[in-house]
Amino acid sequence: MTELFTTIGFMDWWDGFWSTYNTVIFGLGVNAMLALSIYVTLSCGLLSLANAAFMGIGAYTASLVSMQTGLPFPAALAIGGALPALVALVIGIPTLRLSGVYLAMATLGFGEVVRVIVLNMDITGGPLGLNGIPLKTEWWHIVLLLAATLYILARIRRSKIGRAFEAIKEDEVAARLMGVNVAGYKLLAFVIGAAIAGVAGGLNAHYTFTIGPGNYAFENAVEILTMAVFGGTSTLVGPTIGGMVLTLLPEALRDFNSYRAVVNGLILVLVILYLPKGIWDPRRIRAFFQRKTQAGGNN
Amino acid sequence: MLEQQLINALSLGSVYALFALGFTLVFGVLGVINLSHGAIFMLGSYAALLLVEHLALPLWLAMLAAMLASGLIGLLVDYLVLKPLRARNAPHLAPMIATIGVATILTSLAQGLFGAENKRFPVGTIPEDSYNWGHLHVTAVQIGIVVISFILMLVLLAVMRRTQLGRALRAIAESPKAAYLLGINVEGLFYLTSFAAAALGGAAGVLVGLSFNAITPFMGQPMLHKGIAVIILGGMGDIRGAMIAGLFLGFAEVLTVAYISSDFRDAVGFGLLFLILLVKPSGMFGKVLERKA
Amino acid sequence: MLQLKNISKNFGGLQVLQDVNFDVPQGGIFGLIGPNGAGKTTVFNLITGLLRASGGAIEFDGANIGKVAPHKITERGIARTFQNIRVFKEMTLLENVVVGMHDHMHYGFGSLLFNLGSFRKIEAQARERALELLSWVRLDHKAEMLADSLSYGEQRKLEFARALATKPKLLLLDEPVAGMNPAEKTELMTEILNIKQRGFSIFMIEHDMRFVMGLCDRIAVLNFGRIIAEGSPGQIKNNPEVIEAYLGKEDAE
Repeated sequence: MTELFTTIGFMDWWDGFWSTYNTVIFGLGVNAMLALSIYVTLSCGLLSLANAAFMGIGAYTASLVSMQTGLPFPAALAIGGALPALVALVIGIPTLRLSGVYLAMATLGFGEVVRVIVLNMDITGGPLGLNGIPLKTEWWHIVLLLAATLYILARIRRSKIGRAFEAIKEDEVAARLMGVNVAGYKLLAFVIGAAIAGVAGGLNAHYTFTIGPGNYAFENAVEILTMAVFGGTSTLVGPTIGGMVLTLLPEALRDFNSYRAVVNGLILVLVILYLPKGIWDPRRIRAFFQRKTQAGGNN
Repeated sequence: MLEQQLINALSLGSVYALFALGFTLVFGVLGVINLSHGAIFMLGSYAALLLVEHLALPLWLAMLAAMLASGLIGLLVDYLVLKPLRARNAPHLAPMIATIGVATILTSLAQGLFGAENKRFPVGTIPEDSYNWGHLHVTAVQIGIVVISFILMLVLLAVMRRTQLGRALRAIAESPKAAYLLGINVEGLFYLTSFAAAALGGAAGVLVGLSFNAITPFMGQPMLHKGIAVIILGGMGDIRGAMIAGLFLGFAEVLTVAYISSDFRDAVGFGLLFLILLVKPSGMFGKVLERKA
Repeated sequence: MLQLKNISKNFGGLQVLQDVNFDVPQGGIFGLIGPNGAGKTTVFNLITGLLRASGGAIEFDGANIGKVAPHKITERGIARTFQNIRVFKEMTLLENVVVGMHDHMHYGFGSLLFNLGSFRKIEAQARERALELLSWVRLDHKAEMLADSLSYGEQRKLEFARALATKPKLLLLDEPVAGMNPAEKTELMTEILNIKQRGFSIFMIEHDMRFVMGLCDRIAVLNFGRIIAEGSPGQIKNNPEVIEAYLGKEDAE
């Protein structure tokens, strides 16, 4: 341990730490973005189980751009965000006419279709996926993009778009009669979510070196949903925290890795039953502190 | 050759219809999409397998027992998860998300208990007989599947249309509050519906297990996806629609595999759904039912 | 201002409305009354685009609005409140009303993103106007409270303010005093008169005869999907068919 206190010792330790844990640390940012991508749709009452598929489309697109064209990393990421957005637009227009539950299920199915298509295309490497993706992601890319995502979503929340989302989430019919173009706004949320998931996918691919269709299956969509629901969907902080905590949790519970899926499932059920607004619920937290100060004042 | 494909399609479609029935029953009566239906289907299959393997039960008895077991699991899920959500009038996404969690739990438990590999029924369990008429080749299993599925579906239809119970269920489907005011034991019938739907799902699981003789913890997921396509196509909450759409999907899949490519089989359901939604947003028969409180 | 011409509506085999004809004049308060199940809410649903008529035409300001989507109907100047109140419970009163102004707020994405001038100005103006509307119904002191915390009568008033925010020419009120006690009803009557005085045209569906007689300038009576009378409150009160429609029901009970 005394080695740590010398500069060289510290650098050695850091190198060791980084090479083991860099994917986890990158994962914090990427998962936060993924949780935010599903938060956008949940914020207007839409459950999109297609975000893992959008992440996959973004990952494959960005990787192929990096590997097969000479375009720089930002371009690859941009295209990796744009293509899922476009796909979301195309499948969204007919399906977003459906209401609530129909829609969630249609997005679930869409994810399946994407998976099947990707499994069968040559350009994506089929079931084996892509290998040898250049390691281009740096920590500051992730911080920058996460910050940008949070900023954009925060601005949207405060604007007429955010209000429209909230109104749609509460009561679609009333919102429609207030002049809100419900289908249009749902489509917007869907497309924004897809873009964020796509960029997250692109970032992720460029530090994991290899990707395959198994990374973007239904189980992954469920994980993303768990992160958002666990963190709480009333504010932006919730999904961000949810994504980060649920990235660290499997590391802390390394021994229970085989039961990771059970943990995800349990979290979903328990949170929905007992903590429906997730762990980060400003109202509950405020109420808790109010009770404490009242109790303190009475002493 | 087409006739042969049609026979395969009938067998496949019957199971899809049977699975979708349970699914749509829960939606129609409880107003909830129970996404753990696929996992229960899978557990039904394992239940039959275990009963045959360890207790050497004859197949028909194992199937009945498996249906009972699935029904009980469905009832448990309703009591533990769906009922509290009903009690506090949770938003409609809540039961969906919660049942996704249940499905995940059940699937990984199955994986932990039984392992991930394909399991088969013990040799000799599944009847090997088959019949030939000219070019057509039909196995006893296929006949059994079609017959059993149709019997179960017709029983369900008969109950729904001709019995007091069925009338009560249809009243609840229209409006639970009104039904309650009429003196119907709504909560009790919710339990019964969950039980029955799960039993039907378990039956479908056994039949599929017999049909492909490959039982894995992951067999529920693709079935669930297809079930979703079927009930949207047939109109949510519409029992006849689910049956017809299930058969329709069976045909569509088999024909796709035979004449286009087997790679896209799993995507047929949703591909069809997408196309139909482009044209008719409420599904093939569906009236988009707006359920009153 | 609003004309229903030979409107009919059937659901499957059930004929809910038939040969419905009446005109809602500009300015003033028009009432549609009738026993339960007569088809009144269906009329509103047809006007606001939630349902499409099986036959006949609906004209507003001279234009046929039969096929217009609900959010566009609002754009054209028809606003509506609901029988079972549909305020946005988890939003504040102010936010509820500002949602009503959605269509009249125009700023670009760039402005929104960088908190630029046009965004700030329009949002501020919207809030001011929302406060003003809330003051009309005397709820401005509760502007920052959640809609959920209001009493039933107050939520009804909030709905008015929100409907007014859409800058309507015609305000459709669906059973505005349903479930209220006499004191609340009297207060609401005053509110509605206030709104009329500010120049809005009002078309209301209601059961409470006294309320309707006291407020409306003209009344139409709907029974079993058909209009059986139209005229001033005095004419309606003394119309034998109307009396039978209402009393006949009471006799049967």
